[in-house]
Amino acid sequence: MRSLVAWYPDWPAVAAGYPPDVAAAVIHANRVVAATEAAREHGVHPGLRRREAQGRCPALVIVAADAGRDARAWEPVVAALESLTPAVEVLGPGVAAFATRGPSRYFGGDEALALRALEEADRVVGYRGCRVGVAGGRFCASLAARLGDGAGGSGRAVVVEPGASRAWLSSRPVGALGSQYEALVDLLIRLGIRTLGDLADLPAKAVLGRFGAEGAEAHRLARGLDDRPLAVREPPPDLCVAAELEPPAERVETAAFAAKALADELHRRLAEAGLAPAVVIVEAETEHGERLSRRWRHDGVLSASALAERVRWQLEGWLAGPRADEGDGLGEAAGGLDGRGAGGVEGPGNHGRPTGGLALIRLTPEGLRTRHGHQLGFWGGVSDSDARAGRSLARVQGMLGAEAVVTAVIAGGRAPDDAIRLLPWEGGAIPAACDRPPPGAARGAHAPGVRRRDRHEEPPPWPGRLADPSPATVHSQRPGAQVQDGAGRPVAVSARGLLSGAPAALSVNGGAWQGIVAWAGPWPLEERWWDTGRRRARLQVLLDSGEAHLVTREAGRWWIEATYS
Amino acid sequence: MFDVLEVAAARGRPIATADTRTLEVAGALGALFPEGGLRRGATVEVTPAAGGGVSLALALVASATAGGWAAAVGLPSLGLLAAAELGVRLERLALVPRPGERWAAVAAALLDGVDLLLLGLPGRVRAADARRLAARARERGVVLVALAADERSPAPAWPEPPDLRLSVSGAEWGGLGVGHGRLRSRRLEVIASGRRAASRPRCCTLWLPGPGSVTPAPADVAAAGTGVGAATSLAG
Repeated sequence: MRSLVAWYPDWPAVAAGYPPDVAAAVIHANRVVAATEAAREHGVHPGLRRREAQGRCPALVIVAADAGRDARAWEPVVAALESLTPAVEVLGPGVAAFATRGPSRYFGGDEALALRALEEADRVVGYRGCRVGVAGGRFCASLAARLGDGAGGSGRAVVVEPGASRAWLSSRPVGALGSQYEALVDLLIRLGIRTLGDLADLPAKAVLGRFGAEGAEAHRLARGLDDRPLAVREPPPDLCVAAELEPPAERVETAAFAAKALADELHRRLAEAGLAPAVVIVEAETEHGERLSRRWRHDGVLSASALAERVRWQLEGWLAGPRADEGDGLGEAAGGLDGRGAGGVEGPGNHGRPTGGLALIRLTPEGLRTRHGHQLGFWGGVSDSDARAGRSLARVQGMLGAEAVVTAVIAGGRAPDDAIRLLPWEGGAIPAACDRPPPGAARGAHAPGVRRRDRHEEPPPWPGRLADPSPATVHSQRPGAQVQDGAGRPVAVSARGLLSGAPAALSVNGGAWQGIVAWAGPWPLEERWWDTGRRRARLQVLLDSGEAHLVTREAGRWWIEATYS
Repeated sequence: MFDVLEVAAARGRPIATADTRTLEVAGALGALFPEGGLRRGATVEVTPAAGGGVSLALALVASATAGGWAAAVGLPSLGLLAAAELGVRLERLALVPRPGERWAAVAAALLDGVDLLLLGLPGRVRAADARRLAARARERGVVLVALAADERSPAPAWPEPPDLRLSVSGAEWGGLGVGHGRLRSRRLEVIASGRRAASRPRCCTLWLPGPGSVTPAPADVAAAGTGVGAATSLAG
């Protein structure tokens, strides 16, 4: 099949952001895997050790290899080539191929198409470096792109005339077959077969008999044929649905009605494709261009009406501003709150009340995967009350933003506030059920520093943590404190973790002095010395009023860290 | 049309039995309630937060998360480790630490879904808001536990007379000496008063947290008096 191959020399270096005129090399496992043209002029070539490469070119910039970066940077180039033809196959980072029959007729010939592809790729990358080959087979085309000096082309675009592929290849050395045929090439050279033409002239049956399947494959390539058809990339289906509201909707009900139809349409499309999204993004735009977008967890279990309900909650929170809860039985109370808030009240996730009506609603499914259906368990599973709780929590998330509703997971730590990690609620439609890890634990696996742990498993020991019972109030804003001994001198903690005197009185936030009737400590805590560092000394004190506090000394000051309330 | 359907649905609903109308509470806490447990739909005010009220409220939350869901609104300083030690299943406790000005709307939305709502009250609560939330809790069968968010504020937290008011009258810590030991257990004296069945004050002494284990348990037989004797001695 006649194909076009676009190839970028030294793609790893280009992807790392180094143009050919900067001497740079991409290193993996202490060996050069790619070098820029400037570096190659100094004799730096792939396979060289790093030290030797630096010896040959002292100004060499060394970059670590990153396959992900190469692929990511190649993606916009592929997208640019897709503007010429939809069926582009990515052969690897820096190499893409597509069949030319349709596009070359459209653009007026192979030459014009090749120049067009060059232009598109160079426009994305930012400088002229791409090479293009057009030939009867993908192998021949990529060889033409790499070698650059073909029969019918000049410069960076090489076009091998139709039917001339075999002749064009015949003078090339067998080594051009590539590194995957290394052993075969070695053998062929020793047998006196030095060019691809020599290999192509051998009878196919004899090559298969002598060299096996690998030999037959190489023989096909040498004759200018393809080893396999192109595996083109399928563009993802566009499942996004949107509705423009004309006239713009001023009331939540109007918008919610449109959202219901949209949700139905989205579900119909998803069902046709047999897909289920992980997340649905609901975007709304007003006639003045204000936008609100929010992600809702879907997991393939939300029905169309449940999705429409979520759109409604989101719009209520936004369109009605502080008056979000109209019609839920608390309208008057909320009206009162509104009067107090004077319209300027914004929840943490709110963008303020929009100035115009809603003009556009768009639902975009994300994280698509094959729909396997939803099998309910016989025992346990999601009960009615779980579903109810999930609904009301999702509703509060709609009012305040997803991060306003959190759930706690015990993460382990020495201080009472370290031991608990708060994670945004993501139960959504399916709250924690018996056969699923709790939402917190599921999230915890992704949160930094939290190890996935079974709910029933004991947390690991934390030497130096406070013994049970834990304080029931852990101050989110620690009040400052002062501690003094019997003689009225302020109490300090020495570098060796000793108190300068027995604590006798405590004052919170500069208030009145309260007598300390019992105390224990100081328990020193020194951790994270490799990071920010934290040195603390902790003291349990019992006041004459009966209150018990956990008092911490840090950076020369006393704080009330927690209260045993 | 819908009214008719609602009436029909109400008639078709099975009759609630006593055990579904109350939430079972742990051990000695039961002595505080006339029904032996937390009645669904009741409003409970816990005062004061400082001297053991938070632990008491968390013990009530534990009773709800055993089989249902609970939420805590407006309590950014809640000690969740202590909650877990008191038996709260954290994966069934949702937290809205900072609801902002719209706390009443948030609380109303949560009353639709949870079995117990622990409400950390902002500085001042309008009587109208309190009445509506209490009515909604009663209608949905949700226990509403009100707790003053700022424990240093002396103002009465809940402007309406609650169904049940649990006030901590005395707390005594054990285990901490002068320069040695650590806080181990607390003896808590709680007086329950309220309306209707709870109008006769009940007094109860608990270990919260208790020696050895942190589940509430009666202090001793003599102190665990529930009834007139304890209440009158207290009044005198």
